[in-house]
Amino acid sequence: MAHFFTYAVLTSTVAAAIALSSSFLFAALGETMGQRSGVINLGVDGIMLLSAFATYFTALKTGDLLYAVLAGAGVGLVMGFVTAFISVTLKAEQGISGIGVYLFGLGLSDLLFLRLVGTPLPISQLSPIGIPLLDRIPAVGAMFFRQTILVYLAFLLVPVFTFVLNRTTYGLKIRAAGENPSAADTVGISVARIRWSTVLIGCTMAGLAGAALLLYDGIFMENLTQSEGFIAVALVYFGAWRPLGVMGGSVLYGLAIAVVLSWKSLGIIPLSASDLAATAPAVITVLTLLLVARRFRQPAVLGKPYERGD
Amino acid sequence: MTDPGALSHLEETDPRTLSHLEEAVPLLQMSAITKRFPGVLANDGVDFDVAAGEVHALFGENGAGKSTLMRVLYGLYRPDEGKIAINGKATEISSPAAAIRQGIGMIHQHFMLVNTLTVVENIALGLKSSRGPLTDLRRVAKRVRELADSHGLKVSTDALVWQLSVGERQRVEILKALYRDANILVLDEPTAVLTPNEVDDLFRVLRQLAAAGRGLVFISHKVNEVLELSDRITVLRAGRRVGTLSREAASRESLVEMMVGHDISAEIRQAPAAGGDKRLVLAGLTVRGDRGQEAVRGVDLTVESGEIVGIAGVSGNGQRELAEAIAGIRAPEGGSALIDGKEVLGAPPDRVRAAGLAYVPEERMRDGIVPDFSVAENLMLVESGRPPFSHLGFLRARTIRRHCQKLVEEFAVKTPSLDTPARNLSGGNIQKLIMARELSGRPRVLLVAQPTRGIDVGAATYIHKRLVEQRDAGTAVLIISEDLDEVMSLSDRILVMFEGRVIGTADPRTSTREAVGLLMAGVVPS
Repeated sequence: MAHFFTYAVLTSTVAAAIALSSSFLFAALGETMGQRSGVINLGVDGIMLLSAFATYFTALKTGDLLYAVLAGAGVGLVMGFVTAFISVTLKAEQGISGIGVYLFGLGLSDLLFLRLVGTPLPISQLSPIGIPLLDRIPAVGAMFFRQTILVYLAFLLVPVFTFVLNRTTYGLKIRAAGENPSAADTVGISVARIRWSTVLIGCTMAGLAGAALLLYDGIFMENLTQSEGFIAVALVYFGAWRPLGVMGGSVLYGLAIAVVLSWKSLGIIPLSASDLAATAPAVITVLTLLLVARRFRQPAVLGKPYERGD
Repeated sequence: MTDPGALSHLEETDPRTLSHLEEAVPLLQMSAITKRFPGVLANDGVDFDVAAGEVHALFGENGAGKSTLMRVLYGLYRPDEGKIAINGKATEISSPAAAIRQGIGMIHQHFMLVNTLTVVENIALGLKSSRGPLTDLRRVAKRVRELADSHGLKVSTDALVWQLSVGERQRVEILKALYRDANILVLDEPTAVLTPNEVDDLFRVLRQLAAAGRGLVFISHKVNEVLELSDRITVLRAGRRVGTLSREAASRESLVEMMVGHDISAEIRQAPAAGGDKRLVLAGLTVRGDRGQEAVRGVDLTVESGEIVGIAGVSGNGQRELAEAIAGIRAPEGGSALIDGKEVLGAPPDRVRAAGLAYVPEERMRDGIVPDFSVAENLMLVESGRPPFSHLGFLRARTIRRHCQKLVEEFAVKTPSLDTPARNLSGGNIQKLIMARELSGRPRVLLVAQPTRGIDVGAATYIHKRLVEQRDAGTAVLIISEDLDEVMSLSDRILVMFEGRVIGTADPRTSTREAVGLLMAGVVPS
């Protein structure tokens, strides 16, 4: 245990936690937007897988990581059109259609990988960018300010999303659509248009999450996400539908993974127990969810399609 | 129509109104509006107009087509036929947004407010902001306060809507419409949820709005209110316009007759209660509400055989929790409830029923029936497990059908067949179905919550008659209702609930509506 509490291990563990949390954060922030408007998207994990593959394939073929990230986000956007069409326009049961999208993404990403790539070749990864001055702060600099551009972007989006939800007319419409869509409808807001837009944003963010995860690992494999997308949905509940809360949950989750990884490599967790230890982050999340989540109310019409009735 | 002479004046409008209309184009003119739904003709060639400065009532039973007509006006429904002109100009209103642009404001029966947003946010919702994509709540709040002050509509702009009383929420709705420069204001049953004093305040505001040159449409099925507030009254029945009267030409009797299409004597006054054994005794009953608050705080009451006790009160003062605790479907905090001297508080519903309680719940679609079950299945919900309706766990179809057929006839439930899903029946017939089921077990105590809320006058009269019959047959009847007229006309004794307590009692023979109304508002005479 003593090995763990050294400067180098601690800072690298926290740095890894921040990096790991970025993909959760992208996905969960996007999901937050959809859920605040009343749409629950359980297909996040499938979208992440497809986007991760698109990112991998583009990086492999072009060698350009910017194109790779754009490809990941673009695939997310395309899946957003599919998801919004099913959930908003066709008013499907969102729990079921989301599982469908997930299974589609899981299967198709693996199929494409086997057909188009076959043997896994590593790609170049994003290199960390030091923030001038800040990265020289002892400990803090190494932990927070030598990260990749995608990590910075994910955390930068937290205040942006908070602002959009709370300070803009668009955010007001999103909140109204998720709480009382009839009220929004009667003041002339198109609930369908609002929900389409949040689902497109959410799925694009899921695409970015897939890209971030892929570029962190540097290689694609079957079921690369290992259900991270579902964890991201849970983190939205954990964060009480607020971007800041979602960020807290993502970091906590990233930290749990990073600590387990670090303890494994240090031999603190014996090899025989490593599979069990891998479940720790999920257990921690569920427990915290039980403790905190009950205090907050979810959007009133979460998961319910809107129909103009009487 | 009983008197042919009465008909002749129906189609004429008051001469004064007429001359007024000739000099000015009406604010709103709806001509020959027809709206069909599958199997229903909701509006059948309805003409309706509103002049500037008047309150024009739309009067009729539930299902007469009042709300449909206004939903057409507000762009929520597309009419199949007919024209709408605003200020003399023909327009097509394809959406609520278009209606708002035409200066139409609507106060819906169920408020269209977002509970988790503040008052200002609700009013600003959907409006263009002066700051582009950013909200300009401070500017909106300032104008809202100005509007509120000039119209006597008190609200706190920063409160969250869920924290407001029903009356305050309604004021927010009115402000929302005024903020959008509504010139034609439609109010759909605005008094349904208000205390009598709140109704007075509302009417004062509405008169002032009309006096300032707006046109108001007041939808109601309460004849007294219609007569009190309106300048003209249009009566709808079964989707058709029966006629339009000026207030001077209208009377209580003529309006009700036009509404129901025949003469009904609303008199159901009965001989005084006989009094008898104590059937239901509540002592110190305390119940928590859905949000954990103390909804019922120590209620004592007794209902004897052969009497009707009415609990009056604005809904949300613990009545629902009280009823549910007695019926055994909500866990009580404390106290006791005796039926024929036997403790039933906290017992499961079947045990309470076995002790002699019959329960007609307030949410009839949710708690009273299984909407997708057939009429027969709904009639058998309680008794299907008992002989003679089942034997060794098998249902006895023929006995059941015979029994159900008898009940349907006895209670005049209008249904195409016993196999029709209950959800297809009208509200009044669903209530009759529930009454049939509950009374077929010959209860000792009958608990009825909101006996006639939202059902038409014909069915309501029928249900009132059955309730009095039950009383006369010796059943102890407890009625919970927010309809003051209903409580006053049916009860032998009235208890008023306010904030979870019985804050007063009244004798319907000697008390006035106003006195009970004050108690409903929480004002206890010192």
